This record gives sequence, C-alpha cells and structure tokens, in this order.
Amino acid sequence: MRISVQEAPFDLGVETKEFTAGHTDIGAVVTFTGVVRDSDKAPLEVMEIEHYPGMTESALTEIAQEAQTRWSLGDVLVIHRHGALQPGEMIMMVATAARHRKDAFEAAEFLMDYLKSRAPFWKREVTAAGTEWVAAKEEDEDALNRW
Amino acid sequence: MNVLYFAWVRERIGLPREEVDSTAETVSDLVDELVAREDRYAAAFADRSALRVAIDQELSDFDAPLKGAREVAFFPPMTGG
Repeated sequence: MRISVQEAPFDLGVETKEFTAGHTDIGAVVTFTGVVRDSDKAPLEVMEIEHYPGMTESALTEIAQEAQTRWSLGDVLVIHRHGALQPGEMIMMVATAARHRKDAFEAAEFLMDYLKSRAPFWKREVTAAGTEWVAAKEEDEDALNRW
Repeated sequence: MNVLYFAWVRERIGLPREEVDSTAETVSDLVDELVAREDRYAAAFADRSALRVAIDQELSDFDAPLKGAREVAFFPPMTGG
C-alpha cells in the first residue's frame, strides 16, 4: 500500500507501471484519475486544494486499509495533490490490484467514495468572477451508504 | 489545546490555528466559548450543521467529550477527489 499527499504533479503511466511491477499474482489493475475541470459558472483560472496535514495521510491510510479488509487486493495506491492546480491537471489517482477484476473495480469505487467525503481536502475555484469554495454534494455523502 | 480551522472556517475566523485555554467538556461547549468571544467566531459557527469536527485528527462530532484532547479542528464538509 502506498499513500502520497503531494504538491508535485504525477505521471499516471509511470505510477501505474511501478504499481504493477514485480507482481505476477495480479490479474486486474483498475486506476481512477481525477482531473481539474472547468467551473460550472465561469472559466476556471486555478483550482486551489487545501488539506489537513497529518490527518489527511491517516484518513487515506485508514480508507485504504478498510478496502484491503473488504476485498481481496494485491495492492492499493492513492496519490492526492494539494496546492494550486491548472484546469486539465491531474488532481489525484487511485489504483487497485487484485487477482480478479470485480475486487479491483469495487475497491476503487469504494476508495473514491470515501476519499471524497472522509479525507480532509477542500477545493476552491478561482475564476474571473472571484473565488469560491466548492460545496460538498449531498449525493457524495449518500454514496457512502451503499458500502 | 490546539484549535485548527480550515477552508472558509479559517477565512471567517482569520487564522489557521490558535492555542485555546479551555475547560470545555464537549466540542459544543468549546464552540460556545469561542462564539462568546468575538463576532468572527459567531460568523464561522453560525450553522454548526454545516461544519465537521476532528479531535486529534479523527473525525468526531459536536457532542464528543474533549477530555485529553490535544488538537481540535473545525472545517466544512470535505471536497476531495
């Protein structure tokens, strides 16, 4: 398991390759990548991501450990960036490796659902119209109920 | 104890962290003490249902006891991913 909270960009290809290297017991790797999207209201200039150093790492570790107890996984990777990001930049990724795809798919969805509402990150959109904190969606909280 | 604020809670209060000398028994009691201090706290804590709290970096709730707590953090619902 690897958890990385970082300001620097990451290379999806390199990370995925390193994640799978040396495993011969893995039949499925699922990756999800979050990308900075334009604001619904005005063209986005910057997406700022704040987090709670210390708690972020422990919350992500707990979520990843929970995924490992619920599904049969060979490995889990979570990378999440913070700081100022440009539209189109990659914000975060999760990768799950398993013998079979069902475990890898489900665990990746579980990680994303929990990460969105339980890991202490906050997004702020900067547009020509000003800056605005992104509000949490009720459906994101509801998504936890299915697990 | 160390009290931390994040996102718009930090902006409304005007600082990211402060040392608070308190005998509050619960998180709610601590919030009551802060709100009584100054308007900026009242503005930040106006709607407690819109806030989340962590005690020693674990998500908790406003009824939770503060006995032994070293760090309490207040922030809006999280928006990662």
